[in-house]
Amino acid sequence: MRYALLVQGAPYSSQASHSALRFAAALLARGHNLECVFFYHDGVYNAARLAAPPQDEPHLMDAWCALNTEYGTRLQVCIAAALRRGLLDEREAARHGKSGYSVQSPFELTGLGQLIDAGLGCDRLVTFSP
Amino acid sequence: MQYPTVPPAGDVLVILRHSPHGSSWLREGLDAALVAAAFGQAVSLLFQSEGVLALVKGQGPGPLGQKGTSATLDMLAMYDIESLFLDAVALARLGFSSDELQLTARPVDQAATAELIAGHRLVLTF
Repeated sequence: MRYALLVQGAPYSSQASHSALRFAAALLARGHNLECVFFYHDGVYNAARLAAPPQDEPHLMDAWCALNTEYGTRLQVCIAAALRRGLLDEREAARHGKSGYSVQSPFELTGLGQLIDAGLGCDRLVTFSP
Repeated sequence: MQYPTVPPAGDVLVILRHSPHGSSWLREGLDAALVAAAFGQAVSLLFQSEGVLALVKGQGPGPLGQKGTSATLDMLAMYDIESLFLDAVALARLGFSSDELQLTARPVDQAATAELIAGHRLVLTF
C-alpha cells in the first residue's frame, strides 16, 4: 500500500513525532511504501535543522532524514505554517531579509495542496497529532 | 429552524474540534479546507466538540491581534463549501442553540457522524 503521514505535533513536546516514526518503520518493514510525510501546525518544527537534542535521546530530525535517504520518502513542510513559526529555507530567508535559515533539504517547504494531493493520491493518510 | 438537505458524502471531510481562540487549530484546519476546495474537491466541514463554537456569531479578532475566523467562515460559500455539519450534543452542552450561529449547519449524531466519515475519500482532523 502507498502511505502518507500527516504530523502535527512538535518534536520533543508531544508523542506525535515518535509515534509517526515508529509507525513509518512498521509499515516499511511490512513492505509498504511511504510516499511522503507532511508537516503541518506545530509539526513544522520537526524540520528545524538546528535541533540539538541530548545525545541520549532519539534524534528525531535525523530519523526523518533517514526515511528520505533510505526510502525516498518526501518530507514536505507547509510553508505558511512554517514561515510564521520561524522556519525558513535559504530562499525564503533571503526573500524576507533574514540572516540565517532553519530548514534545509531533504525537507521542502511546500503548499497545503501537497497535503490534499497526498491524501487523495495515496491509499492511506494517517494523522499524528498531539 | 430549517436545515438544508446536504448529502453526507464528498471528496474531503475536514473535522474541526477546537474553539476559535486559544490556538491556531481552527484557523489552520479551515485553511486546509479552503485549499482542498480551491483544488476542485467537494469539501464538507464537521464542527465537533468545542469546534462548534467557531460557528457562534461575533467571533472577532480580539485583543491578541489574531485574525479571527468569522471572516474565513464568511468566505466558505465563495469556495463552494456549503456542506456544513455540527455535533448537536456539543452545541447544547456548551449552552448554545442553532439560532445563535453565524452559518447554518446540519446537526449530526454519532451514527450520522460515522456515515459522514465513511462517505468521504479523505478525512482531515484538526
